[in-house]
Amino acid sequence: MYEIISKTEVVPNIYELIIKAPEIAEKAKPGQFVILMIDEAGERLPFTLSDWDAKKGAITIYFLEVGLSTMTLARLDKKNISAVIGPLGKPVSAEKFGTIVLGGGCYGIGGIYPIVKALKEAGNTVITIIEARSSYLLYNKEKLRKYSDRFIVTTGDGTKGEKGKVHDVVKIMIKRKEKINRAYFIGCTFMMMNCFNETKNHDITTFVALSPIMVDGTGMCGCCRCLVDGETKFACVDGPIFEAKDIDWDILFKRNAAYSQQEAMIYQFHSCESREV
Amino acid sequence: MDVKEKLKISRQKMPEQDPSVRAKNFMEVPLGFSTKTAQLEAQRCLNCKIPKCKEGCPVYVKIPEFLKLIVEGDFAAAARKIKETNALPAVCGRVCPQESQCEATCILGKKGDPVAIGRLERFVADYERENNLIKIPKKQPAKNKKVAVVGSGPSGLTVAGDLIKLGYDVTIFEALHKPGGVLIYGIPEFRLPKAIVEAEVDYLVKQGVKLKLNKVIGASRTVEDLFKRDGFDAVFLGVGAGLPRFMNIEGENLSNVYSANEYLTRINLMKAYLYPEHYTPIALGRNVTVVGGGNVTMDSARCALRTGAQKVTIVYRRAREQMPARGEEIHHAEEEGIILKLLNNPVELIGDEKGAVKKMRCIKMKLGEPDESGRKRPVPIEGSEFTLNTDLVIMGIGAGANPLLTSTMPDLELNKWGYIVADENGRTSMEGIWAGGDIVTGSATVIQAMGAGKQAAKAIDSYIKSGK
Ligand SMILES: Cc1cc2nc3c(=O)[nH]c(=O)nc-3n(C[C@H](O)[C@H](O)[C@H](O)COP(=O)(O)OP(=O)(O)OC[C@H]3O[C@@H](n4cnc5c(N)ncnc54)[C@H](O)[C@@H]3O)c2cc1C
Ligand SMILES: Cc1cc2nc3c(=O)[nH]c(=O)nc-3n(C[C@H](O)[C@H](O)[C@H](O)COP(=O)(O)OP(=O)(O)OC[C@H]3O[C@@H](n4cnc5c(N)ncnc54)[C@H](O)[C@@H]3O)c2cc1C
Ligand code: SF4
Ligand code: FES
Repeated sequence: MYEIISKTEVVPNIYELIIKAPEIAEKAKPGQFVILMIDEAGERLPFTLSDWDAKKGAITIYFLEVGLSTMTLARLDKKNISAVIGPLGKPVSAEKFGTIVLGGGCYGIGGIYPIVKALKEAGNTVITIIEARSSYLLYNKEKLRKYSDRFIVTTGDGTKGEKGKVHDVVKIMIKRKEKINRAYFIGCTFMMMNCFNETKNHDITTFVALSPIMVDGTGMCGCCRCLVDGETKFACVDGPIFEAKDIDWDILFKRNAAYSQQEAMIYQFHSCESREV
Repeated sequence: MDVKEKLKISRQKMPEQDPSVRAKNFMEVPLGFSTKTAQLEAQRCLNCKIPKCKEGCPVYVKIPEFLKLIVEGDFAAAARKIKETNALPAVCGRVCPQESQCEATCILGKKGDPVAIGRLERFVADYERENNLIKIPKKQPAKNKKVAVVGSGPSGLTVAGDLIKLGYDVTIFEALHKPGGVLIYGIPEFRLPKAIVEAEVDYLVKQGVKLKLNKVIGASRTVEDLFKRDGFDAVFLGVGAGLPRFMNIEGENLSNVYSANEYLTRINLMKAYLYPEHYTPIALGRNVTVVGGGNVTMDSARCALRTGAQKVTIVYRRAREQMPARGEEIHHAEEEGIILKLLNNPVELIGDEKGAVKKMRCIKMKLGEPDESGRKRPVPIEGSEFTLNTDLVIMGIGAGANPLLTSTMPDLELNKWGYIVADENGRTSMEGIWAGGDIVTGSATVIQAMGAGKQAAKAIDSYIKSGK
């Protein structure tokens, strides 16, 4: 059993979860993730590590309520969950590369934080850009600002910062011939692909954090396989962060939709059910 | 009873669930012997002077001895007799390929049917467990030495069981949330009820083995940590061959194409067949195709049938005689209506606009000259391609060495396929580190993994005692 230290809905539909997991807190590196299980009957749910504190023995993740499991986690009133496994996946290498753009959307606003911090501490010039549909959906701003040389907020409706999305800002920066050596994007697959579409022809080494459906997270099942540079790779052990130029996006989208029908039905069913109670 | 009378008794059949019923449930297929049938079957043993059966068994189970105890009606003693050399008789009685081991060498098999050794092994182990006759064995005094076992498959469980009895402080680290390795995540409930595996693990825990689940060694902790921080005196690596193989053909990344590992893990470990009570989903194919010819293939095919497929076809590139699966499983699969398409090999998978698999293109094969494994090599027949309709494909073509752990141990010698190099005692190239089971031999059998565990436990004991 793993103790939930706190669970907070930071903005509508996005939750911050702090869990006691001292061994993971001690080993965690930026870019890695954990797998959670709510209980024995639960799914094995992958979430990006957003923060950790070895002294307190705590880890932080942000999750978006999208389906049955994340709904259950959001509404959980127990103080424990049955499993936290990790840290999994390959960390990013935090060296000095020069000027780096880091973009986060949705849960990626949480997920990008340890990479921002590590790259800043490694002596890079860090430009952080986050996106949300509207100002009330932005979170984690102060933590990100602290480690960013420039911190840019975008909103779809223009209620805060620039109107638009991360890729719009990236596009403008490139147009202005601003020097960018590297870029990292975390968010939904569509957001990452859009961002990469802006950087790809401009000699900017771009990395994205893939989120294919997973089961074990240890390279045992092959569920998370992606086509990277013409080769089948397992995102849970070879990734989840890959260089964007090599990724077959089409396969990624299609494999991620594999259970959408079943999941949508069950989610609706459960949502109605719990409303009645 | 004299030999003539013995020879008159025919091999006893074990009652089974009817194929049409069991194809729709996950309950065990063979139902077990009654005490009467078991005794009758055990009486068939001729008590050979030089019992050949024993030589066929990789861990030399005292077969004629335990059969004699069955005839005498002391079933618990029979179980203990087996356990002198084999700690998991309820498992082995169900999943060992007896027809190529003990039963293959039983003298009765020369002219007729061999003694049903496997079924009797299962019988006594079940009897002992169901009647609460399992005794916790006496432990030697505590040695105050710590051994870490990485992986809770049959090899790891054996090492833990042997060393705890010798007085060691034993901790098992398991990556998954349930212990048992392939016995839990791979082999389905209808072949090996999970309650049996749980009882075996429980038995070890009762003896004092510490079980740490959800610990991925190499990620959560390194082997170096085990020595330097946790103070273990020796480490056994029994991590199995947990890397799914694919064929590298066009279309393999379409959705509804599974590795057998994923398909079986979703069903057995995550209980996807109970979706949505259990939260992990699985695609429900109507027309399922499984590629391969081993136990993994049979298990996947039979799970597909049990989750509602109307048609399940196995595509295998060699002939029936060369299928590595247990005879009984092939027989059961066919009884349940699974179609075997032998001497065929997939060359391409074709999807629809949503990226889900719809068709499989295959090529016909014929048998050529024997290959390294001694089996006749299948060769494609040119121009014989044809297309099958299918809405779910499972690749059951085998597994390789998972590099997650070994890649964190640069000093550990591996062979060219990534398996750990170990001698017959399981000793690796690194001091204090042993390995055994599928991570050394490649995909093999439960009993071979247990055999490797036994050797390693002995060697670890003498290493800790003598420093060698
Ligand atoms: C390495 C990795 C890191 C991740 N990090 C985070 C994170 O930090 N925060 C967060 O909120 N989510 C993260 N995800 C996604 C998260 O795991 C899924 O959203 C979650 O498993 C959905 O579970 P569910 O049962 O609630 O929804 P489901 O009912 O399973 O799915 C609902 C919808 O989400 C889609 N979906 C299902 N699984 C995934 C998935 N793995 N990735 C993307 N979409 C999926 C489905 O296609 C469906 O449309 C990550 C995924 C991976 C692989
Ligand atoms: C579907 C299927 C059906 C089979 N049917 C039969 C059969 O009928 N008869 C038969 O004799 N054999 C059968 N086999 C083969 C047999 O199961 C294996 O040979 C045997 O289980 C190997 O045992 P093992 O101890 O080496 O490893 P495994 O059983 O593979 O167990 C290894 C364990 O180590 C864990 N692990 C891996 N990496 C780490 C890590 N880094 N840290 C911590 N833990 C880790 C894994 O999660 C797993 O639990 C079958 C195999 C499969 C896949
Ligand atoms: S070989 Fe057969 S008949 Fe002979 S001792 Fe073994 S089981 Fe009995
Ligand atoms: S999740 Fe199973 S191999 Fe990656």
